[in-house]
Amino acid sequence: MRYQPDWSVITNNLDIFFKGMYLTLEISALSLLFAIPIGILFGVGRISKNPIIRFISSVYVEVMRGVPLLVILIWIHLVLGQFLKLGAFWGSIVSLAIFSGSFIAEIVRGGIQSVPKGQMEAARSSGMSNFQAMRLIILPQAFRKTLPPMASQFIILIKDSSLVSTISAVDLTLKATNLAAISYRYIEIWTFVALLYFAMTFTLSLIIRQFEKHWLKSEY
Amino acid sequence: MISINSVNKSFGNNQVLADINLEVEKSNVIALIGPSGAGKSTLIRVINALEEIDSGAIIVDGTSIHDKKTDINKARTNIGFVFQSFNLYPFLTALENVTIAPIKVKGMTKSEAEKMGTELLSSLGLADKIHVHPSHLSGGQQQRVAIARALAMDPQIMLFDEPTSALDPEMVKEVLDAIRKLAKEGMTMIVVTHEMGFAREICDKIVFMAEGKIVEVNSPEKFFTAPESERAKTFLSKVLNH
Repeated sequence: MRYQPDWSVITNNLDIFFKGMYLTLEISALSLLFAIPIGILFGVGRISKNPIIRFISSVYVEVMRGVPLLVILIWIHLVLGQFLKLGAFWGSIVSLAIFSGSFIAEIVRGGIQSVPKGQMEAARSSGMSNFQAMRLIILPQAFRKTLPPMASQFIILIKDSSLVSTISAVDLTLKATNLAAISYRYIEIWTFVALLYFAMTFTLSLIIRQFEKHWLKSEY
Repeated sequence: MISINSVNKSFGNNQVLADINLEVEKSNVIALIGPSGAGKSTLIRVINALEEIDSGAIIVDGTSIHDKKTDINKARTNIGFVFQSFNLYPFLTALENVTIAPIKVKGMTKSEAEKMGTELLSSLGLADKIHVHPSHLSGGQQQRVAIARALAMDPQIMLFDEPTSALDPEMVKEVLDAIRKLAKEGMTMIVVTHEMGFAREICDKIVFMAEGKIVEVNSPEKFFTAPESERAKTFLSKVLNH
């Protein structure tokens, strides 16, 4: 007997899907909010003159890049959940932020290293401290160069956030899993979920492209 | 004003500065000339600590530059530096290039800084370029913005590292004119240059370097007509008779 799709499982439960989408966006946005400063801190740290800072930053980046996100999620959930009473929601955000932060750190490092050495020399010779020169002269230029890889990283973060359902954090994927379990309409539900993820990432991609066009063209 | 005492510096096995001693009086203009690889650029880069030294001391206006206790950021505000490749901030306008350090380092208000910056740029013939980004300026204009940026900190001395070497020939004059004007105003300056005519015309003293050493210090007149050292003679015969 041929499979008879029944899309009413979607139309009848739109509120569940949209709630899930909202949660996914909330988790992703909050994670990003923490991942960016973490990434900048460790990205700058990786090229610091201080060998201790450089070492700590390298260890962080290498470890986070080398361990699967799923393992980080479970580990944070077990350990921090145990000692800090961190719920699944915040456990997910911490995991995503430190995981994504390591990739952002590498992007930031690449961006900084692409700024010519003379920029730092000019800034320092006018009396700026290393920190001022970084903040006022180097990072603004580095960010323009990191925008495209950064955009990919944001998109990856939204997609990776689907893993948080494994530690029972409520997001689109978990909502869909639960709905499928009671309705048995797996194909319809996962097709629609795929569409929703694509809608979110593609919208983000369009926004960033506009932003990039506007920002990169208006300067220099 | 500048006192360089027994300064040594090596990059690996290569000694780029060998026992350098030099005194520069207030309002003096020194031309630093010599073959490439002589250590000229390194010498002016150690004066504002863009490079570290291995031994010796450099005193600028009473401040020991390489002393660990010296606030190097403060000391540098007293030393203007102009680079061969301009090193303007590409994402800022000419005026913003000039005002950012006075605002952020000296705590000048934005309006004060803009007034000062506009005057400086105008005095260098750039009144109509103040809101333009560096990429829309010619090399000569960019270097004049860079000079204005260095002057904006109101330094006691100015260091120029081959300021015209990256310029098209027809733009050399406008930059040399700007430096000439500073010399007339009594600025203390050290200029690394290959412009022999310019060095002869505006400088009080010629310092000739080769292989990391100061080989000859002489007045421009004597240096260009009757140099004392053999090394300077060979150098001059090569650069002047071609």
